[in-house]
Amino acid sequence: MQEFEPKIVAFVCNWCTYAGADLTGTSRIKYSANVKIIRFPCTGRIDFMILMKAFENGADGIIVSGCHPNDCHYSTGNFHARRRWIVFRNLLNFTGIDTERIQFSWVSAAEGFKWAEVVNNTVKKIKEIGPYENYKKIAVSTLFNEEGASNE
Amino acid sequence: MKVGFYPGCSMKGGAREYQESVSALAKVFDIELVEIPDWNCCGATAAHNLNKELSLSLPARIMALAEREGISDIVVPCAACYNRLSIVKHELEADKSLSKRVASIIDLKYEGTTQILNIIQFIDKYITDRLEEKVVKPFDYKTACYYGCLLVRPHSILKFDRVEDPQSMDVLVKKAGGDAIDWAYKTECCGAGMSVSRTDTVARLSGNIMKDAVDRAAEVVVVACPMCHSNLDMRRPEINKFLNEKIDIPILYISQVLGLAVGLDAKTLGLNRHMTEVNLPVKPAMEVPVASEPKKVVNTQKLEA
Amino acid sequence: MSRIGVFVCHCGENISATVNCEKVAKITGELKGVEFSTDYKYMCSDPGQTLLKEAIKEHKLDGVVVAACSPRMHEPTFRKACAEAGLNPFLCEMSNIREHCSWVHPKDDLTTEKAGDLVRVMVEKVKKNKALNSIKVPVTKTALVIGGGIAGIQAALDIANCGHKVIMVEKQPSIGGHMSQLSETFPTLDCSQCILTPRMVEVAQHPNITLHTYSEVEVVDGFIGNFKVKIRKKSKSLDEHLCTGCGLCTTKCPQKKIPNEFERGLGFRPAIYVPFPQAVPNKPVIDRENCTYYIKGKCKVCEIVCPTKAIRFDQEDEILDVEVGAIVLATGFDVLKPDFFPEYGYGKYKDVIDGLQFERLASASGPTQGEIRRPSDGKEPKKIVFVACAGSRDPAKGIEYCSKICCMYTAKHAMLYKHKVHDGTPYVFYMDIRAGGKMYEEFVRRTIVEDGTHYVRGRVSTIYEKNGKLIVRGADTLMGGIPIEIEADMVVLATAGVANKGAEELAQTAHVSYDAYKFFAEAHPKLKPVETNTAGIFLAGACQAPKDIPESVAAASGAAVKVAALFSNDELTRDPLVALVNRQPAPVFSSCVGCFLCQSVCPYQAIEREEIKNRNGEVIKTLARVNEGLCQGCGTCVALCRTKAIDIHGYSNQQVYTEIMALLNE
Repeated sequence: MQEFEPKIVAFVCNWCTYAGADLTGTSRIKYSANVKIIRFPCTGRIDFMILMKAFENGADGIIVSGCHPNDCHYSTGNFHARRRWIVFRNLLNFTGIDTERIQFSWVSAAEGFKWAEVVNNTVKKIKEIGPYENYKKIAVSTLFNEEGASNE
Repeated sequence: MKVGFYPGCSMKGGAREYQESVSALAKVFDIELVEIPDWNCCGATAAHNLNKELSLSLPARIMALAEREGISDIVVPCAACYNRLSIVKHELEADKSLSKRVASIIDLKYEGTTQILNIIQFIDKYITDRLEEKVVKPFDYKTACYYGCLLVRPHSILKFDRVEDPQSMDVLVKKAGGDAIDWAYKTECCGAGMSVSRTDTVARLSGNIMKDAVDRAAEVVVVACPMCHSNLDMRRPEINKFLNEKIDIPILYISQVLGLAVGLDAKTLGLNRHMTEVNLPVKPAMEVPVASEPKKVVNTQKLEA
Repeated sequence: MSRIGVFVCHCGENISATVNCEKVAKITGELKGVEFSTDYKYMCSDPGQTLLKEAIKEHKLDGVVVAACSPRMHEPTFRKACAEAGLNPFLCEMSNIREHCSWVHPKDDLTTEKAGDLVRVMVEKVKKNKALNSIKVPVTKTALVIGGGIAGIQAALDIANCGHKVIMVEKQPSIGGHMSQLSETFPTLDCSQCILTPRMVEVAQHPNITLHTYSEVEVVDGFIGNFKVKIRKKSKSLDEHLCTGCGLCTTKCPQKKIPNEFERGLGFRPAIYVPFPQAVPNKPVIDRENCTYYIKGKCKVCEIVCPTKAIRFDQEDEILDVEVGAIVLATGFDVLKPDFFPEYGYGKYKDVIDGLQFERLASASGPTQGEIRRPSDGKEPKKIVFVACAGSRDPAKGIEYCSKICCMYTAKHAMLYKHKVHDGTPYVFYMDIRAGGKMYEEFVRRTIVEDGTHYVRGRVSTIYEKNGKLIVRGADTLMGGIPIEIEADMVVLATAGVANKGAEELAQTAHVSYDAYKFFAEAHPKLKPVETNTAGIFLAGACQAPKDIPESVAAASGAAVKVAALFSNDELTRDPLVALVNRQPAPVFSSCVGCFLCQSVCPYQAIEREEIKNRNGEVIKTLARVNEGLCQGCGTCVALCRTKAIDIHGYSNQQVYTEIMALLNE
């Protein structure tokens, strides 16, 4: 059997973690190819729906990463992200999604090494947890499509 | 209060007075020391030079036995044992698979939940708060606190005191009414296990330590390790020969110093067991009775009740 | 139907070594809406850009994806190229297949597959991109320089000489910084004061420079070209206009035993004081913590003796609001505190001093008038030990970096010592001698060969006092690591240079990044050494990392040029990646319900209230509106909006969802 290769999406801010991941590259530090980065201006921009959209579309894990507290390029965006995450965690638990599937971290523009670590640890963790199969059940579009098909 | 107690080999042999004084001191402060049942050797220097797994398993077994007894804190008066136990705890914490492997070797459940305390940490956690009120005979001597090598190193694992120029024992001596002097050889090597095979080396290394203490007018050297004690105390003839001097100041354990300060007698503390005779000069200030005030407090409390 | 062009860059071999670029171009060329796809060795080169421009024209492309390095590197390059070919620059996106793919993964199919995925994501995103026009904002042509050391002085003078206004803020009562404390400077042994003080005076007299000493920056708001800054001018208890700087008050002050900061505690000063004789401005301040009047409520000797009646005991701190277009941070460095070295007895033994204290001893204007005398008893030390790398290059203690300046100043100290104490013996304990720089190595050689300094390669383990001597115990690793002991009369520690006190707070106030050691972080270690990640804020000198004088001056001039370049335009064009509130036909007007949650989270006060009125002038709905000039595009408001009425260009909900779907569904 082929080894499970999780699909992991990383939502990162442009100023710290995106730059940090650039530094990982510049420093030629290797990490798992499972993680793909989507750039945001700030972690403050990343709302619940974005994370849910990723799960809905079959992500096995998510990384959200931005500037360290107090270091936000926009002063306070990461604090909003952190608060939102505390609330969102409960909601995730309620919906039955393992909160372990989301890795929340701070990686600064100077922490190329840490970014590789975050990625590798997350990939390892998600491999242990296994694929996220339930997404099909929460995928509204899928439900509609099936119903639409049967109605016709 | 119940605290686990790991004596190690020295407490049962060459350093009996260390155990005696620790037990007596604990008793004064209503602390029950529970000796870990069926304890074994910590492995000392030999094990980790010969066999990695053995050096991990021996201390792990001790900690596992303590866990089984529901002991959360273990006081380990010997600095070498303290060092071994702490390092093993650290290594097993960092590597869970190694921890599993060791648990299978010792055939006991090992969680790593016990806290390893050296003698100073033990005193700080359970005694220091109440120490000053119990001091009846201030230990009014110029005291050189000698920490040795194993108590504070490696700092990254033990995280105890400053590696260079440690202060914790000095603070205790001051609280016991002593004058902890500033000196240069606090953490120099005493020669340790070379005591038997290369007595000349020990005489030189320990000699330098004693010389600096005496040069700075120390009247007593205080230690927290049986190995240091035996080198500075038992090897005194060789030291004196090396220095071509006659140094006769005694070497006391920190537990003995505190014991004397809270009024325990010399015999209970095992002072008679030292090779270098303990002849501390009696100072006039020490004769002042300090017992009257606490009594008054008791009386008023009764009246109020 | 879109007509998108995909351009895959090999970056020489940087990408193509692990990613099959032709394959990436081929598979992405088959995506829906992709009209043209190709791969090329260097997309950023002239021919590469020409290729891009011609493809846009030839294939009438309405979107471009360049798969190459990080957009943080070349996004402006390719957007500019698109604009030149007539395509709106915001219809160009980059896929980062170098830093985020080829450099971090091995050569295999997975890596190529990932590169393909990353390109596909951007292709889908570009389909949702909108043509946008840059926003123009005015530039306030005044610069703020924070810190009045040599770096700040150089930056301020350079900017002022370009004809722009400069506001300089210095925390201490005088400008001059650490350089004013130095005796002589390597490698030429110029007298530090002699070369510095003319510059200090020039700052004070320059018509374009406004100097605020004894002041600190408290708030930095706004953005490039338009910063709003609050400066606290601490009370000097003095009317500066009346004070003539005669100095009578400082000689009559009865409180004389306050350790002098400028002399690093080796001398004393009164409570009303001028830090040093050549201070600029040469007017005193009252140190309220040590002034008898402020402690006990009476004294006022200074007020009585002042011939111009300039003393103001009830003067309060003043808050200045200034508007500036650019900021230069030049706050310098500090050295380690005594408690960092218990083993060296620094702080415990009077004759164990740090390098800056030695500078004061060697300085002709110092507490000993330039004679080398040890602090404990004033005797001339006949044997002196210099300990290099005191704290530096020591991972166990947390300072892993090389402080860079110590090798040179230690050599200078040994040389100065020999020049002043001819029969003295200097020892230097060192790890390596790092003397890279013009005439630097030669200088160290001179110290060793001509001045007979004993260089001992090894570290000092401990220093203790015995019989009035300092016993320095160390090892000589070139003699097989043998332990050696030197009975010294004085020890000088070349203590590590560390970030200045308050650096972290200032970085947070100004919103610039800083590293793990609290030094300010440059935007790029090689190509943007004086810029920060925050547009409009620049770095000069040792606030960035330990630097010597020539380096600090060079960096300061570099920062000044950046400021001057910024001020060369009357308007600044800014990326239009800002938030906007949607508008719909009446009677809905917008899905905004006017809850103004967005207003409460906006860090820039960019959300305004807009009232919709009917024909009778009655307000029928209140909506949020984004001020484009103030919005910085963080998007926090977008995440919070309950009705999704507010969105952000460049990272819109539609774009982001499209990206996620494209990434996860092949």
